Amino acid sequence: MNTVTRAHLAETIYTQVGLSRNESADLLETVLERMSSALETGESVKISGFGTFSVRQKGQRVGRNPKTGVEVPILPRRVLVFRPSHVLKAHVNHTAVPAAGGDDE
Amino acid sequence: MTKSELIAELSAANPHLTGRDVELIVATIFNEITAALSRGERVELRGFGAFTVKRRDARTGRNPRTGEAVPVDEKAVPFFKAGKELRERVNKSKAARASAERAMA
Repeated sequence: MNTVTRAHLAETIYTQVGLSRNESADLLETVLERMSSALETGESVKISGFGTFSVRQKGQRVGRNPKTGVEVPILPRRVLVFRPSHVLKAHVNHTAVPAAGGDDE
Repeated sequence: MTKSELIAELSAANPHLTGRDVELIVATIFNEITAALSRGERVELRGFGAFTVKRRDARTGRNPRTGEAVPVDEKAVPFFKAGKELRERVNKSKAARASAERAMA
């Protein structure tokens, strides 16, 4: 299966926007970094028409090492979750994209 | 953080670019990820995370209100798995530790 990477995305910015290759790569990095630092503070990142990245607090629970069967406590932690928007779900299924205004996730 | 706030931050940090350019850059990134996923490809951004498409088999669902059985077709769902670096940043930040301690108390 093909994998799209940073290099592909930077190349698309280069061809679509007309910035230099270097600057295209830098801007892509800045976008990812701004999103990461918002998430790091616990803030959600909502990209309309794409989806919402949010941070969820998980409580402590008892886990088990599947190999040895030994019980180990899983400490409270924060995890990142992504909720795709209706628009993105529709694209992935090649179905009709919902009408504008329904992409508020 | 919303898409427009992200665009505003990028514009402020890159005064040599027009607002239109910055909007186009951000749109290009998310449109390209959407396009790759709709082709069934994966998008891997090291340190940030990977977007993939998961298949869900057809199943018999139930209308929760009436209890009536309804067939649910096979579908594809977009999925995001945070990369190691981002996962650790979200969990290990000061804010995460503070809220984890509150949850313990």
